[in-house]
Amino acid sequence: MPQMTEIRWHARGGQGAKTGSLLLAQAAAMEGKYSQGFPDYGPERMGAPMRGFTRISDEPIRLHCAISEPEMVVVLDDTLLSMVDVVSGTPVDGGLIVVNTLKSGADVRRELKLEGRKIFTIDATGIAINEIGRPIPNAPMLGALIKVSGLLSLDTVKDQLTKKFSHGFKPEVLEGNLRAIQRAYEEVVAE
Amino acid sequence: MRVARRLILTGNDATAEAMRQIAPDVVTCFPITPQTELMHKFAEHVADGDVDTELVLVESEHSAMSAAVGAAAAGARAMTATAANGLALMWEIVYIAASYRLPIVMPVVNRALSGPINIHCDHSDTMGCRDTGWIQLYSENAQEAYDNTIQALRIAEHPDVLLPVMVTFDGFILSHTAEILEGLEDAEVKDWIGTYEAKYSILNTDDPVTMGPLDLQDYYFEHKRQQVEGMRHAPAVIRDIGRAYGELSGRSYDLFEAYRLEDAEFAVVALGSTCGTTKVVVDELREQGTKAGLLKIRSFRPFPEAEIAEALGNAKAIGVLDRSISFGAPGGPVHKEIKAALYGTGREIGIVNYIYGLGGRDMSVNDIKTAFAGLEKVAREGTPDDNIRFLGLRGEGGV
Repeated sequence: MPQMTEIRWHARGGQGAKTGSLLLAQAAAMEGKYSQGFPDYGPERMGAPMRGFTRISDEPIRLHCAISEPEMVVVLDDTLLSMVDVVSGTPVDGGLIVVNTLKSGADVRRELKLEGRKIFTIDATGIAINEIGRPIPNAPMLGALIKVSGLLSLDTVKDQLTKKFSHGFKPEVLEGNLRAIQRAYEEVVAE
Repeated sequence: MRVARRLILTGNDATAEAMRQIAPDVVTCFPITPQTELMHKFAEHVADGDVDTELVLVESEHSAMSAAVGAAAAGARAMTATAANGLALMWEIVYIAASYRLPIVMPVVNRALSGPINIHCDHSDTMGCRDTGWIQLYSENAQEAYDNTIQALRIAEHPDVLLPVMVTFDGFILSHTAEILEGLEDAEVKDWIGTYEAKYSILNTDDPVTMGPLDLQDYYFEHKRQQVEGMRHAPAVIRDIGRAYGELSGRSYDLFEAYRLEDAEFAVVALGSTCGTTKVVVDELREQGTKAGLLKIRSFRPFPEAEIAEALGNAKAIGVLDRSISFGAPGGPVHKEIKAALYGTGREIGIVNYIYGLGGRDMSVNDIKTAFAGLEKVAREGTPDDNIRFLGLRGEGGV
């Protein structure tokens, strides 16, 4: 693995990409790594395309700019595939694209007219509706990303999520999120 | 050896953590993006009973600064925080805090001033009040926002200084980015900042004083001169406290940081979060054999001009980065200070000004490389006619 890994999140406002990008950074910190998590704030409108960013490194991170050449991209909403250049800057050789969709990896590849990279798909919205009761796909997308990237251990992410949901949330919310992460981890498929 | 408390916090939360540990007597509070989460977090600490500060909720920033002035005049340790338009609204009282010599500490989360309305980072808010008589410390990352806030207390309260301090950090780029930092223990902070005994208090009836009376042609001028004296003492105090903080935390601070600057032919001068990205570019250029360096300004007020001029001594060309505009002036605020600092040193160094990142426009690695690349011609040919450039701007004038 390179010294620093950069991950870009594409979503619509309200889908939890900010929380996802920060949660991943916080989980990396729990494993003793250096990390950054930050959103690309626009006007905070529900449904508007937005981005989140996560950097994970073995060394202190000095960069304070957006991520333009990510090794990994997480797409929380497949309607963005035709609107936003989600794969921009990803390496043809080895770039990982994880998409929340009912489409197949091959369909996604055709839609993006994509060469190289590795595409993974998961019905994260379906999992979120079933397990959490709300169509917020960020937690399952974290599970899928962890599986395909091997960035961190799944247990660390679950621990971080448990920490986050330990104040002011009903236990069912935490349990649902943990099940959603686990299911996505198991159900994500490669193209 | 002390074990560091490893944290992952946003710049806002890191600063709220420093404030919790400082435990000021009074914090006055009015929200404005991107400072809002800082005060949310601090208010949460107060509500949870983690700090016994008197939190005063007010109806505007003008009142926030007025209430901080009142509390500090009564001898309390007083803090507030703001950003952009909020700072603009407290303007009148910002000057008054400095002229009363009240050691108020105020984090300012840098944000563009309206209009058009923009909530994102630039330095037009704090650069606009560089002449208010406040000390200004700029921060590169969440760690520095935390460290500067703690040090600011002792700088402000130092009897040779007695001036308010603004600790600035970049809106969203730092305020809303979670990153790793090391925190001190509560007891360490408490011991290090000590207790505060105000030299003068309007509530001390045994030694009555007046603050802010009418002061016309007779003494106003002399009082202003005394403010100059406080600021004149500040550099040595900031340096001493930065060194003492290093003994406490392992992280020493100076008035500025010279990064690979000693033999640098091409020097960039900057402040704030862009300095981190610039260090990455400097390392990359060095690997390719280009002698690049960075001068990161921490203390913009006071501005250590002689030391900065000396530190830039070997440069053949200098690029000054400004995240604000001084309309009608020959370049941005940092640019003008650097030019003034070099005047009279007898060295002819080509200087260009790069205005960048207004309204939160991303300052990428490639933008900074463009700035350095532009310096090669400047080194050969001296300061060009087009020495005010707009980095990352689309259209005319942009580079």
